[in-house]
Amino acid sequence: MRRYFSRKLLIYGLTFFVAVTVNWLIPRFMPGDPVAGMVARANVAQPEAVEAMRAYYNDLFGFDQPLWQQYVNFWGAMFRGDFGISIWLFPTPVSTVINGAVPYTLGLIIPSVLLSWVVGNRFGAYAARRKLLDNTVLPVGYVLTAMPYMWLAVLLAWALGVIAGLFPVAGGYSFSMRPNWSWTFVLDLLHHWTLPFLSLFLVALGGWAIGMRNMIIYELESDYSNYLSALGAPARLIRRYAFRNAVLPQITGLALQLGVLVAGALVTEIVFAYPGLGSLILKAIQNQDFFLLQGTFLFIVLGVLIANFIIDIVYVVVDPRTRAGMAGAQA
Amino acid sequence: MTTLQETEPREREGVRREALHFAVRNGKLMAGFGIVVVLLVLGLVGPLLAGGTPNDYGTRPMSPPSAEHWLGTTTFGQDIFLQFVHGLRATFLVGVIGGGIAAVIGMLVGFVAGYRGGAVDEVLNMLTNVILVIPTLAVLLIINAYLGIRSVAVQGLFIGLTQWPWAARAIRAQTFSLRTREFVDLARMSGSGTWRIISREIAPNMSSYLFMTFILLFGGAILIASSLDFIGLGPTEGVSLGLMLQNANQWSALQLGMWWWFVPPGAGITAIVGALYVANVGLDEVFNPKLRET
Amino acid sequence: MSLQVSELRVYYRTLKGEVRALDGMTFELGDGEILGLVGESGCGKSTLGKSLIRMDGRMRHVGGTVVLDGQELPIGDDRAMNDFRFREVSLIPQYAMSALNPTRKLRKMVTELLRSRGSAVDTAELERRMDQVGLPREVLDRYPIELSGGMKQRMVMVISTLLDPSLLIADEVTSALDVSTQKAVARALLGFRESGYVKSMIFVTHDIALTHHIADTIMVMYAGRLAEKAPADVIVKAPRHPYTKLLLDSLPEVGVRYADRRLEGIPGSPPSLLDPPTGCRFRARCPIAGDECAQDPPVAELAPDHHVACWKA
Repeated sequence: MRRYFSRKLLIYGLTFFVAVTVNWLIPRFMPGDPVAGMVARANVAQPEAVEAMRAYYNDLFGFDQPLWQQYVNFWGAMFRGDFGISIWLFPTPVSTVINGAVPYTLGLIIPSVLLSWVVGNRFGAYAARRKLLDNTVLPVGYVLTAMPYMWLAVLLAWALGVIAGLFPVAGGYSFSMRPNWSWTFVLDLLHHWTLPFLSLFLVALGGWAIGMRNMIIYELESDYSNYLSALGAPARLIRRYAFRNAVLPQITGLALQLGVLVAGALVTEIVFAYPGLGSLILKAIQNQDFFLLQGTFLFIVLGVLIANFIIDIVYVVVDPRTRAGMAGAQA
Repeated sequence: MTTLQETEPREREGVRREALHFAVRNGKLMAGFGIVVVLLVLGLVGPLLAGGTPNDYGTRPMSPPSAEHWLGTTTFGQDIFLQFVHGLRATFLVGVIGGGIAAVIGMLVGFVAGYRGGAVDEVLNMLTNVILVIPTLAVLLIINAYLGIRSVAVQGLFIGLTQWPWAARAIRAQTFSLRTREFVDLARMSGSGTWRIISREIAPNMSSYLFMTFILLFGGAILIASSLDFIGLGPTEGVSLGLMLQNANQWSALQLGMWWWFVPPGAGITAIVGALYVANVGLDEVFNPKLRET
Repeated sequence: MSLQVSELRVYYRTLKGEVRALDGMTFELGDGEILGLVGESGCGKSTLGKSLIRMDGRMRHVGGTVVLDGQELPIGDDRAMNDFRFREVSLIPQYAMSALNPTRKLRKMVTELLRSRGSAVDTAELERRMDQVGLPREVLDRYPIELSGGMKQRMVMVISTLLDPSLLIADEVTSALDVSTQKAVARALLGFRESGYVKSMIFVTHDIALTHHIADTIMVMYAGRLAEKAPADVIVKAPRHPYTKLLLDSLPEVGVRYADRRLEGIPGSPPSLLDPPTGCRFRARCPIAGDECAQDPPVAELAPDHHVACWKA
């Protein structure tokens, strides 16, 4: 088990290192003078902002210093929580901008991912080897999982928002409100949260249901299932065992899908102009705000790594084989 | 040794014939590939028949589907059907390039890691895992934002470079189970080199698996490309289904009730990717006798 | 009589048509008898074993009856068969190494399995039986992955016989084991009969030599039919069916020099059961086949308890 975790941590550490290095390298690989280019593209009107930005960039990139020094400085700044200053919201620090958006993204992604995983697994397990259900769950599942996240989001917004008028289709809360902890505001938040949540939930649901169905069929044909059947054990017991064993690869699958799920959340937020990281990225791209973009990138990488580690811990708790010190999950 | 060489090809041919027998009778496979082929033909032939450039502004903006504009027009009067058929081309292209590159890298890494084992495997496995954990869309965001991707081909290239890890892992596991098999031992004893064994013995024995992996990578590349397009980091030249969605969203097609603008491109992507997935299930049933019986 | 099988026909559905894996098997098995079932692969011995407890999805019960302790087994009805499984007929499967749910501790698995069949675990009895096959008691608090292959095999043997079934089917249980473990397994099975955990047993194998040590009676099958059935000693020392003779000849014998005798299998291969030939099915490979072999040979009792299906015997 110690080996399992140290291996995982090594991978995550390496991943973070690679991500940071990529983040550092890419601006320096750009042709031409990045500072001039950025300031020009930033298209900021106030002269003092332009000047501050130029000075800031020069200082930040530290082009007069040797490359290794620049690299070390980059790491140092990051550990101090200094991701630079946003251009779009100049002069707000990038970390402040991101901190404001993260709760919205987490509030959207955590419930939708967990719920779709749980419900999808149930559906898939239930459908497996039941002809009628299988013939409905499977096609629906494939259509859902083949849908681009933003498209389902647009369709839901159109049907339930624009046509039926049941839900608002833009923003995290009503324009007329200021964030506070009153009931009306919380209800308003939930109201705006419903559609983005639903569309994320539905697209992910299909994939989990299909994955579970396939895993259960595999488990139901395994030797231990056959043995139990030969001893006359009821289908209920066999299905329970099969489900339990089929859930394990689904947990690994959750870790593997994290990147896709995050990507889905980002584009869904853009459709609903939901004030999370996705909308931030859109703004950063539209305003050529590279510091904001890079900061968001690091945040997402970090978040995915933490989520991966949590899943690893859960896996060890659920799979006895990893605890018994045997080869369980692969690294 | 001689008997093995004599029976192997015959056996393989038998398997192939049996697979074909099941393939043409498999509804999922036929329906899936049917849809893909129809859309592919539409993408290839449509632009030739329809004529005109997809992004040209027209005279009748915001009109719903009609005999003149089969799928209506955009806020700028662009013909949506024309955009759609051109977009299909871009979508297929990015799928082929992205899926193809990812498949090639995945196979190389998977074969070598699985066959060689040892330190080579350790290093490649570590590399695979690292790239597997990084959220690829985020990486593509940074790359595309800085480099300003102009063409569909370059977009496909970068997608291919980031999508291979899961394929490499799956192929590695398969190779691992094959490399101790008799016919591989035999080839090794008769002095064949690594590449020869991989290309002559191992790859042919998992060709169906490799093909299915490519299909999944193809579908995945299309989905990722559409997300990038939608965020505004798509190719700056031309038109794709994802860019159509982005335009529709940017110019408030939703609020204006112009459903004909945002429904076709999404439906096109869903149809291609969904049909590929369903065809893949069909293929799986054809190649794995266990799954046929239900 | 413990088990009476008459005219049993079980076919496999395949693409090319029905494979007649069991084509009219008739035999009996007495109380306390251990029957060794031998034959080349594809002769129908595993099909027979499966038919008596659980047919897989591609198998179809075409005709014939199986009567156990005076009750007819509904072998074609998967649901109705459940009442008999484990209590009356039980199985030690070929895949004993992977027969245990990997994510349950054994104690819990056994408890859940027994409870699902309406019985409670008698821990003292369970541990006594584990002692008997040399399994330490701590095994119950382990996961299957923590057990060695031999331990898993013995655990499966104990579990399968917990409800004291009348008939136990041991399907190729020794084929994956080394010789000394094979002997231990065989001894354990004999012990089970002595202790009364099982009444009678069908021991399916392709290993005649091992069968000889454990079985009272040996039944040789060929191409879905009975070829010869006789007390173990008789089969080994005085076989009457030419197939049995060839099968025995193909075995290496301890203490015999092979300088002037080449060891080889029986030339030719068994007929396709998709469209089996008429008459004796061994005809094509039989060194002594004659004209009469174009007719189906009946199973004749040549001597008490010695049944042979051959015109020339």
